Amino acid sequence: MSDVVETPVLHVSRDQLIETVAGLRDDGYVSALDVTAVDYLEHPGRTDLPPEVEPERFELVVTLISHITPGRIRLRVQVPADDPTVPTLFDLFPGTEALEREVADMYGIVFEGHPDPTRILMPPDWEGHPLRKDFAVGRIPVQFKATR
Amino acid sequence: MSAPETTVEAATDEAVRRREDSAVLRIGEDDGERLEAESNASDTSMIMNMGPQHPSTHGVLRLMLEMEGETVMRSKPVIGYLHTGMEKTAETLTYLQGPTNVTRMDYAAPLFSELAFSMATEALLGLELPPRATWIRMLMCELNRISSHLLFQATNGMDIGAVSMMLYGWREREEALRLLETITGLRMNHNYIRPGGVAADLPDGWRDEVLTLIDALPARLKEFDTLLTGQPIYRERLQGVGVINTAECLALGVTGPILRSTGYAWDLRRDMPYLAYDEVDFDVVVGTYGDCFDRYAIRLNEIRESIRILAQILDQMPSGDYRVQDKKVTPPPRARIDESMEALIHHFKIFTEGFKVPAGEVYAAVESPRGELGCYMVSDGSAVPYRMHIRGPSFVNLQTLPHLMRGGMVADAVAIISSVDPIMGEVDR
Repeated sequence: MSDVVETPVLHVSRDQLIETVAGLRDDGYVSALDVTAVDYLEHPGRTDLPPEVEPERFELVVTLISHITPGRIRLRVQVPADDPTVPTLFDLFPGTEALEREVADMYGIVFEGHPDPTRILMPPDWEGHPLRKDFAVGRIPVQFKATR
Repeated sequence: MSAPETTVEAATDEAVRRREDSAVLRIGEDDGERLEAESNASDTSMIMNMGPQHPSTHGVLRLMLEMEGETVMRSKPVIGYLHTGMEKTAETLTYLQGPTNVTRMDYAAPLFSELAFSMATEALLGLELPPRATWIRMLMCELNRISSHLLFQATNGMDIGAVSMMLYGWREREEALRLLETITGLRMNHNYIRPGGVAADLPDGWRDEVLTLIDALPARLKEFDTLLTGQPIYRERLQGVGVINTAECLALGVTGPILRSTGYAWDLRRDMPYLAYDEVDFDVVVGTYGDCFDRYAIRLNEIRESIRILAQILDQMPSGDYRVQDKKVTPPPRARIDESMEALIHHFKIFTEGFKVPAGEVYAAVESPRGELGCYMVSDGSAVPYRMHIRGPSFVNLQTLPHLMRGGMVADAVAIISSVDPIMGEVDR
């Protein structure tokens, strides 16, 4: 195989997320490297989910790293489109603050308890969430306050 | 039985402290003026904007600083001025076009984004690269690391006031870029590392050119030492400024020279080797105090380590193919196109439709000059990525700014921004 070591994947529900991450932190996963999301709206068929996991439109992807026995772990959380909320990981890993703001900005997923739930990359008055699959490339004319 | 309770309490206290009494100024981008107007006259603090157009912000970084006189209290980096939706763009480009997109993220170290992207694609495809391709990639990455760290030396010197350093750093960097241009055809945004290998074999005489560079550099680095390292004014500006410890770095997800400056030896090249880094000998440079000076010294000495690695690559560069011979991803050789209709069609299809990549998801990471650069990719089995996310080290490292700047002067803030070495193209993507 190639250079990339396969990362073990954990499927957790939203309710178990905090508990699982806290447990992993105590097990030596010292740092939260990455928080991102995927919008599976237009995905033709998802085959990589275990049968007990109900697929939802959004998926939150959290990557943690352990340094003692070098290795990463990836947590995948299904987030339904009609209630896109997840608890924030800020209290466990404050470094997720900017990453969660980016996910909220790009996907409209609300992080409950986030200390600074403002837009990070888009202007504060932007409408919509650009990385959603139903937000087409170039659909909206450039929005800037000065041009209104 | 009371022990766990205290831990819980301590943890809760810590969480409260982090929220309430933080170094981070948590107000909206437009709230500065409003708060300023509402605050009463006896309030001694004021909110000041630095950037987005400021010579020391390395691009378009804006900082909201809460000042008490000359002292920075809380602060907030405001980003997004360079945001062009590159992750969205990636969803419309084939896997072969992808590197042209990601290479524009970290424009000081473009080959690392190309490498992470290519490694992720190859992992999904299950490709194994020929050894020469791996070693060429390593050669290019170390050259790029040198040019990126030289750029840091130049801009860091300039920010501190050592303007002559800017000229020296830029001169040396240009030598490294000239070599990259000889090999890839471009000074920056190379699009050289691609899924399946590299774009072209090394040109004739590459060995002599690399040798010339790595022979000349150590003497130049000595000049840097004379100019900066031992200079009292320079040390005074950096030592003890912007201090961070290992625990804070890990909690904030910080990687790269900032994490290593706290004395914590973590380098993906050594700890989770990729390419052929387990076959070369090098040291992981660490600091002691976690201040701006340590971060400067680490980057200077990492240039020396890269030179060491390059010398070993010159000795060990294997012969063979520079890209994988897999008909699925590799176009047929040029000579075949003249004699075979099928080869022409095949060539045409690879560059128009692209090749299909099996469905799946993968995270590939490399040690860029700024820390862990990861690429998370989801494929739905088509010829374009379903989702492509770059975990940019600058983006995450930028979160240290409020913690590093708290209690310092505005002049220190300039030194601190410089020592974090953010590349805004990759922060905003």
